[in-house]
Amino acid sequence: MKRAFLVLLVLAAMPAAAALKVFATVPEWGALAQEIGGDQVQVFTATTALQDPHRIDAKPSLIARARSADLLIATGAELEIGWLPVVQRESGNSRIQSGQAGYFEAARHVAMLDIPARLDRADGDVHAGGNPHIQTDPRNFLKVGEALAQRMKELDPVNAAGYDSRWRAFAERWRANLLRWEKVAAPLKGVAVITQHKAWTYMLDWLGMREVGTLEPKPGVEPTVAHLSQVRQQAANSHPRMVIRAAYNSARPAEWLSAEAKLPIVVLPFTVGGTPEAKDLTAMFDDTVARLLVPLK
Amino acid sequence: MNRIFVSVLAACGVLASHSAAAADADLQALREEIAQMKKSYEQRIDALEKRLVDTEKQAVTTRATAETAASQAQAAQATSMASRAPAAANAFNPEISLILSGMYNNTSQDPRQDPTGAAGRERRIQGLLPSGGEFNPEARSWSLGESELAISANIDPHFRGTFLASISPANEVSIEEAHIQTLGLGNGLGIKAGRFFSGIGYANEQHPHAWDFSDASLPYQAYFGSQLGYDGVQVKWLAPTDLFLEFGAEFGRALSFPANDVERNKNGLMSGSLFAHVGDDVGVANSWRAGASWFATKPHGRSYDDIDTTNTSPTGLVTNSFSGKSNTTVLDFVWKWAPEGNATERNFKFQSEWFRRHESGKLTYDVDGVGAPGGPLTGNFSSTQTGFYAQGVWQFMRDWRVGYRYDQLASADTSVGLIGRGTLVAADLPILRDYTPKRNTAMVDWSPSEFSRIRLQYARDQTRPGVTDDQVWVHYIMSLGAHGAHKF
Repeated sequence: MKRAFLVLLVLAAMPAAAALKVFATVPEWGALAQEIGGDQVQVFTATTALQDPHRIDAKPSLIARARSADLLIATGAELEIGWLPVVQRESGNSRIQSGQAGYFEAARHVAMLDIPARLDRADGDVHAGGNPHIQTDPRNFLKVGEALAQRMKELDPVNAAGYDSRWRAFAERWRANLLRWEKVAAPLKGVAVITQHKAWTYMLDWLGMREVGTLEPKPGVEPTVAHLSQVRQQAANSHPRMVIRAAYNSARPAEWLSAEAKLPIVVLPFTVGGTPEAKDLTAMFDDTVARLLVPLK
Repeated sequence: MNRIFVSVLAACGVLASHSAAAADADLQALREEIAQMKKSYEQRIDALEKRLVDTEKQAVTTRATAETAASQAQAAQATSMASRAPAAANAFNPEISLILSGMYNNTSQDPRQDPTGAAGRERRIQGLLPSGGEFNPEARSWSLGESELAISANIDPHFRGTFLASISPANEVSIEEAHIQTLGLGNGLGIKAGRFFSGIGYANEQHPHAWDFSDASLPYQAYFGSQLGYDGVQVKWLAPTDLFLEFGAEFGRALSFPANDVERNKNGLMSGSLFAHVGDDVGVANSWRAGASWFATKPHGRSYDDIDTTNTSPTGLVTNSFSGKSNTTVLDFVWKWAPEGNATERNFKFQSEWFRRHESGKLTYDVDGVGAPGGPLTGNFSSTQTGFYAQGVWQFMRDWRVGYRYDQLASADTSVGLIGRGTLVAADLPILRDYTPKRNTAMVDWSPSEFSRIRLQYARDQTRPGVTDDQVWVHYIMSLGAHGAHKF
């Protein structure tokens, strides 16, 4: 009896010693958590780069994974509003509810762009908190990562030193990468582009590029023929060098404009896994910069 | 520099004042003196120049530091702006949303007539005790659907509150949901209390605006009067496994058929249900959920009207009632597919549920004693019936979906003691006359955004003997306000 009790006690104590379980809504935060957490974390990523993070079902598999998560990392700014609240509530997991230490919102730690002056759904799928696609600017990873490392240390104080050292090493590498990317991407400064969805605001801001048109007439609204013709007209006047779309976007609107206006299409990874090359965070920006430079050659 | 010049001049003056015949030694001493002066001045100049360079360096550093500080301050400000919440008191306003729905119906049969032919009464499904639920379409031509007003918010870190009222086209307000639910229990536990839709089956918890067709499937109409609600408590537990495995139990006052708890005056748990759901993904493109549920209630004096075949009742109707046990089993299955799991462009959803209801107890014929046999008459009653529906909805391009649904109830296996022992004949209970109701439904809908949907639906309804009703709907469902989050 005593032995059985001891076994039970050991079993009960085991989860505390096991890795910090992380539930990331999108691949970029999953990858960042893995960089900071190393083998001290077990990361589950809810979506892939080929899925629209705004249109996901609160699938049973997601609820089951959220049940045992110690840390839920979301982008926030209403990106996951259509499904994450259901996953949180149905999970029966008090640690990852909004407001708890186990709930981390990346968008809270960066300066938001595209904050709408007015909130009206007639303007399409606008987000009150600003444009949620913050991961397209690598500088944001330094801010998010710092806060995330801090949060992971709080949640798992035993392994705090590990989080600290891995984060510092990552941040150092990242700063060096930033210098490298900015140097390589220098020719992109001032280049005019047309985007499919307003998903690239942060990247364009980082590289000093100009957005001269968007294929979606309003955020989240399917491109119409009339609007595409209008964009084409604009293209004639503003001399864009390329059309940018994410891997998960439909190919047709960009292909139409590309054929009509003789513009090259650039498919960017948008997140980790979005292109075969974008295997991790560093590779994702290596590939982004490389793909953006192709039309300039 | 000037000082050097002056001292050099002075030195020249000294030199000139000496007689040309001055000794070489004197000259040598003078030269040494000048050299010393020059050296000393050069040293002082060097020192000055060094100080100047140092000061300049310092200035540059100071400026750089200032710049860094400024940019840091800017960044800090930006960050604080990013995380700044609106300070007004109304920032605590709950999420409010409103569903607007309206339709145009064209039906080949009168939607308001039941098999008894009594004017002004809703049609009923043949072959089982009537559920008394709402059977859309309720009217021809233009009509307003239910307007749903939903308000919800986290109450505190422990509870969340949800309120949902529906306003019928006849201007009646009904509370569809008003419940609190726990957020902080942890360990996979969740408790809901108040008025809520039961977690049995799959479609039961969905609000009408989330349905893929404009009306509830036949089994839901027949067995739960469209939707089973509770005033009570629900406890759910999610197993700590990667496989979705959820168990739930509910107790309380069941608000719809087959219970009649609403009319009852007694202590205790009243009705109850148990359910279990399991679900997972298959690859990245497929996800599914299956479930088994059981609902039990003990209706007492649950009455319905039927036609008086003896023609003695002044209204032409008799009222019968059932008391006893009623158990319903539901098996549900949902499969969703989307290429790469990205449902934005194309996706497919298959959904099916199977029902079995068993009722046993006493049936009282003519509770008011208005018919010819001189009621009320009471005898044993038992009935077992199954039904199912299966539907598929295919989004073939962005914003556009088509769907098909087939639903059917099997003919009931019913035994009525009053008929068995010859007190009544089968014709005295016309609604129970054997029949297999079925219906085929097809729809196409267009959703230009997540908030709006317009649907065209056609149904070939054969729920009444000898009558085929061709029903056409044009239905809009729109939501405004807070962005809803829907279940799987």
